[in-house]
Amino acid sequence: MDMMIAVILTIMTAATPLLLAALGELVVERSGVLNLGVEGMMVMGAVCGFGAALMTGSPWLGLFASIAAGMFMSLLFGFLTLSLVSNQVATGLALTLLGLGLSGQIGESFVGQPGVKLPNYDGFDPLIPFAILLAWGVSWFLFKTKAGLVVRAVGNSHASAHAMGYHVIRVRYLCVLFGGACAGLAGGYLSLVYTPQWIENMTSGRGWIALALVVFASWRPWRTVAGAYLFGAISILAFTVQTFAWGIPSQFLSMLPYLVTIIALVVISGNRMLTRANTPACLGQPFVPDR
Amino acid sequence: MKKLMMSAAAFAMALGVAAASADAEAKTKACWVYVGSIGDFGWTYEHNQGRLAVEKELGDKVETVYVENVAEADSERAIERLARDGCNIIFTTSFGFMEPTLKVAAKFPDVKFEHATGYKTAENVTTYNAKFHEGRYVIGQIAAKMSKTGTAGYIVSFPIPEVIAGINAFMLGAQSVNPDFKVKIVWANTWYDPGKEADAAKVLFSQGADIIVQHTDSTAPLQVAEEQGKQGFGQASDMIKFAPKAQLTAIVDHWAPYYVRRVNDVINGTWKSQSSWDGMAEGTVQIAPFTNMPDDVAKMAGETAEAIKTGKLHPFTGPITKQDGTVVGEAGKPLPDGDILGMNWYVKGVDDKLPQ
Repeated sequence: MDMMIAVILTIMTAATPLLLAALGELVVERSGVLNLGVEGMMVMGAVCGFGAALMTGSPWLGLFASIAAGMFMSLLFGFLTLSLVSNQVATGLALTLLGLGLSGQIGESFVGQPGVKLPNYDGFDPLIPFAILLAWGVSWFLFKTKAGLVVRAVGNSHASAHAMGYHVIRVRYLCVLFGGACAGLAGGYLSLVYTPQWIENMTSGRGWIALALVVFASWRPWRTVAGAYLFGAISILAFTVQTFAWGIPSQFLSMLPYLVTIIALVVISGNRMLTRANTPACLGQPFVPDR
Repeated sequence: MKKLMMSAAAFAMALGVAAASADAEAKTKACWVYVGSIGDFGWTYEHNQGRLAVEKELGDKVETVYVENVAEADSERAIERLARDGCNIIFTTSFGFMEPTLKVAAKFPDVKFEHATGYKTAENVTTYNAKFHEGRYVIGQIAAKMSKTGTAGYIVSFPIPEVIAGINAFMLGAQSVNPDFKVKIVWANTWYDPGKEADAAKVLFSQGADIIVQHTDSTAPLQVAEEQGKQGFGQASDMIKFAPKAQLTAIVDHWAPYYVRRVNDVINGTWKSQSSWDGMAEGTVQIAPFTNMPDDVAKMAGETAEAIKTGKLHPFTGPITKQDGTVVGEAGKPLPDGDILGMNWYVKGVDDKLPQ
């Protein structure tokens, strides 16, 4: 029994950072913006959260610093892509490179320092339920509120939304900022909860996995939860299977979480009509208001 | 010291030229090419500590330069640039830099090259490596003494000879104390992913291991041990700060003596091509202070370390029984170096199938 609880907790902590970042990106993409800079915002959240917690001694302030760092990075992205109408794909990639480099520079003196850990109850930390709650909140916001309808309208047809009198750019700015806050928090989760330490590039590609989850969950919040937990579960089970020494190649087991998550989500989103209905039609397209 | 941040190779290279031309005096210029970032607190971090020691020890006589995050595919350009910039000796610190190092070395016969962990030398190219398995024998003994469940969890990166020799040395050490000692092995298939390493540690603890050993680079597994009241060993660096109650000791890569000696050889004109494989005797492999263990265990481990240092004990002394039951090595004689450097088999008692 204890072993089961330990395994489930491990799965939850592995899934939570992916879920947080993915939910943020989901809202961003629902508004029609493709931000490929999740990894960069995440790693900046990790370093700033770690640094703030180290200096103030408070992991909670650290989490706020993570959110702020993520938002700062996303603001930069928003300014370039929304105000200056630069290419979203290229800008997003640049944001990742910038984040990885800048975080290394900021974090140089943090290397080798034990961090401050967010208090938890036997491995159960408050961000695990928060991430689930956030999924519920995002789902409620997008599908049950008028503001959510506006976000989806902007993502599906920015010209129509503009003609209706909605401020497309402002809506997108707010969504991009929300995405940055979530990615920053996900980074803070890594450096303050998951593995309380700072080392360069500690996100190790989790931002990219979060991005993929959004697409494979066909922009639906609860499917994102399922995807993140499935990914977490398979990665932990892959390690567990290795300890039984059944001789299954470890390379195959390492690959399994990616494989299973993709297959499962492809099956879930097998309904073409539903997928098409969920894909933001203006995803990645720049918008320049004509007046 | 000139710090070259290297996110875009070309940009950093341009910086390097600008920085280097400032004082091309009579100082000896020692240069390092790193595969990772100096902030990894692991492999590259320790090489950089060695570079800092050179600066400190040799003071005004040297000038040091480093380039970090050099991709193996792009390393020839980085190495050649340093050679052109007047470096007298260049250390290339990743296995994958071997061919590029040799290529550049052929073009610059007056520059000395030192390649870490490789096996090809030339007139002006030396190879150097460290016998990390010596330290692993010592921690194997400690693990066998300290484990209550008689099982250690071992997180590994990739099935290369150095890693396999490490597992074998650990098990031989453990079996010398407790012949029935068990080890559970998890391949993380990465050198460096704190999250994955932490997950692997949690899984191993939930499977009955109570001591964690790692051949991956982050402090995450030890932090998990600390939190769960289990124990483990530091890797590459002394990680006691991260796990004051959990770290038993650590195998520390200590390149400083080697680097100081070699740079000094260049200054004195006594540098010669060689292939060096230092271990505990030379101080390249060090054992961090023994902590969180009873005095008798610390005493035993200290004596073993001393015996290895003085050459009385060799971790791979024949006869050794392999996993498949065959026996290698002559009784009382250590295995030849080549067998260790190319090790691709497990010793008896390792409960894992070797990835092929």
